Amino acid sequence: MSAAVRVRGATKTFPGRGRAAGVTALENIELRVEPGQFVSLIGPSGCGKSTLLRLVADLDRPSAGSIEVFGDPAAKARVKQAYGIAFQQAGLLPWRTVAANIRLPLELHRFPPARRHARVAELLALVGLEDFADRYPDQLSGGMQQRVAIARALAESPELLLMDEPFGALDEMTRERMQGELKRIAGETGAAVVFVTHSIPEAVFLSDKVVVMSPRPGRIVDELPITLGTGSAADDVRESEAFFRQVSAVRELLHGVPGAAPRGVDLR
Amino acid sequence: MTARSLTRVRALLLGLGGIVLVGVAWDLYASFGPDAGVQLGGVLVLPRASATAMPSVGSMFGRLLDPVASGPGSPLLLTAVIQASLVTLGVAALGWVVGIVVGLALALLMQRFRTAESALLPWVILSQTVPLIALAPLVAGLISTARVGGQAPPLWVSVAIIASYLSFFPVSVGALRGLESPERAHVDLLRAYAVGWWPTIVRLRFPASVPYLLSSLRLAAANSVVGAVVAEVAIGMDGGIGRMMLSYAQSSSGDPAKAFGPIFGAIAVGLVSAGVVALLGAALGRYRRAEATA
Ligand SMILES: Nc1ncnc2c1ncn2[C@@H]1O[C@H](COP(=O)(O)OP(=O)(O)OP(=O)(O)O)[C@@H](O)[C@H]1O
Ligand SMILES: [Mg+2]
Repeated sequence: MSAAVRVRGATKTFPGRGRAAGVTALENIELRVEPGQFVSLIGPSGCGKSTLLRLVADLDRPSAGSIEVFGDPAAKARVKQAYGIAFQQAGLLPWRTVAANIRLPLELHRFPPARRHARVAELLALVGLEDFADRYPDQLSGGMQQRVAIARALAESPELLLMDEPFGALDEMTRERMQGELKRIAGETGAAVVFVTHSIPEAVFLSDKVVVMSPRPGRIVDELPITLGTGSAADDVRESEAFFRQVSAVRELLHGVPGAAPRGVDLR
Repeated sequence: MTARSLTRVRALLLGLGGIVLVGVAWDLYASFGPDAGVQLGGVLVLPRASATAMPSVGSMFGRLLDPVASGPGSPLLLTAVIQASLVTLGVAALGWVVGIVVGLALALLMQRFRTAESALLPWVILSQTVPLIALAPLVAGLISTARVGGQAPPLWVSVAIIASYLSFFPVSVGALRGLESPERAHVDLLRAYAVGWWPTIVRLRFPASVPYLLSSLRLAAANSVVGAVVAEVAIGMDGGIGRMMLSYAQSSSGDPAKAFGPIFGAIAVGLVSAGVVALLGAALGRYRRAEATA
């Protein structure tokens, strides 16, 4: 079976404007994400995490190297709708209700109305927003908006979920609750997830594998497989000795990156 | 009553109060101002307050209920003004709609093709620097050479074209800005959905442009009313409020209040057109949510 994501030797250089030099955002990235695997990308601000995610999503093209999603080139995978995506800002359309926002991909891809309706109801239940179907985004809290965005990303049951700091704008309490929910949802749907974050505990809590990146030009410093006791409650996991140990391990990897730690990495 | 509707009522009362105040000031000056006006060094700095120059507000409205002319069978001035206003309103509305269609088409073209934007936008802007007075006879001349079923098109066609010429501009500029207004995350999202240009327009760019469009439509409505009135005068189209204004003003010495009838008519036409846009805005309320909360 082919990997969910396979990045081979990807380099991304943004051309400079006028006489400014170009920026090499990513250099020679190798990454493999297995089906159903939860992988976090962590690294200092500007190290190219978003760029890497955008390459996988085919929102941008690599300058060199290749990217495959479930065995297809990224461009083909996008056309085939092989992934769902969620951004830092929830990115909901303000003129659409919660239900209509979740329905958007189904509308665009011409699902029959009856199936649309059933699917939206299912997704609303999945993210616990059944009572808010007819609200508009500006009537929701940040956490609720992000849940709508996740439901929208899951609408077509993708095998791969791409998420760029989806909880970045949330307060700590909401954030931990959302992490728990995402973990549950990822488990229930069996989707592979590529998750960009600034928070070490978040990465450790959620992931099967944490990928640590170095600042410009963005390279992968190391990959750390995460093993936490499965089956226990979220709070117990966060209090466990294994959790702290692996948080420290990621932190050390990040500190090992010269000049990385002070810039934008959340060491909480 | 919510705080918001209270401020609305307040704004309405203040607006009405302002209008009444102007009327009262007019009447006070008309009654107590010097009939010859006030001259400073041979320059008239305050207008003549004689009854022929400044009829009282009351007589302006009173005149509306008298016949247009003294002859038998002459309709009330009010009826004539309403009729003329409807003619102008109709032509202006036609020009408005044509202007919207043309403006939107240009905006879509410019949004779709960057080169079209560089090629068209200067012309769009340049087009508005041609004075209306120069343009009107030109358009009328061109249209009069056209033949529809062997006949020259009626004059109102030229008037509507000139009205649309003034209204397409704010629409094209506003719509282009609106179509370009979606955030990058939204554009990326639709690209991730692998949909083409048109679905992106329909689901994202067009809805996002509604707040921009509404203010453009308001401007376009005002422009097409002004364009229609001026074009009527410049081209010599009878039946509308523009011609009526001109001919009544020429006979104002004997019947000063009469000339104000068509002016009220023009104001009414402007108010109706603004009202239509306001209704449109209310109907499109949900597309302005971001505007309201931001
Ligand atoms: N469209 C672009 N044009 C030019 N340079 C860009 C572009 N997008 C990103 N970059 C540059 O590439 C580098 C990586 O950016 P990227 O957004 O991927 O970082 P990031 O790791 O996601 O940062 P953050 O954690 O702050 O979101 C940065 O130096 C940025 O300035
Ligand atoms: Mg980023």
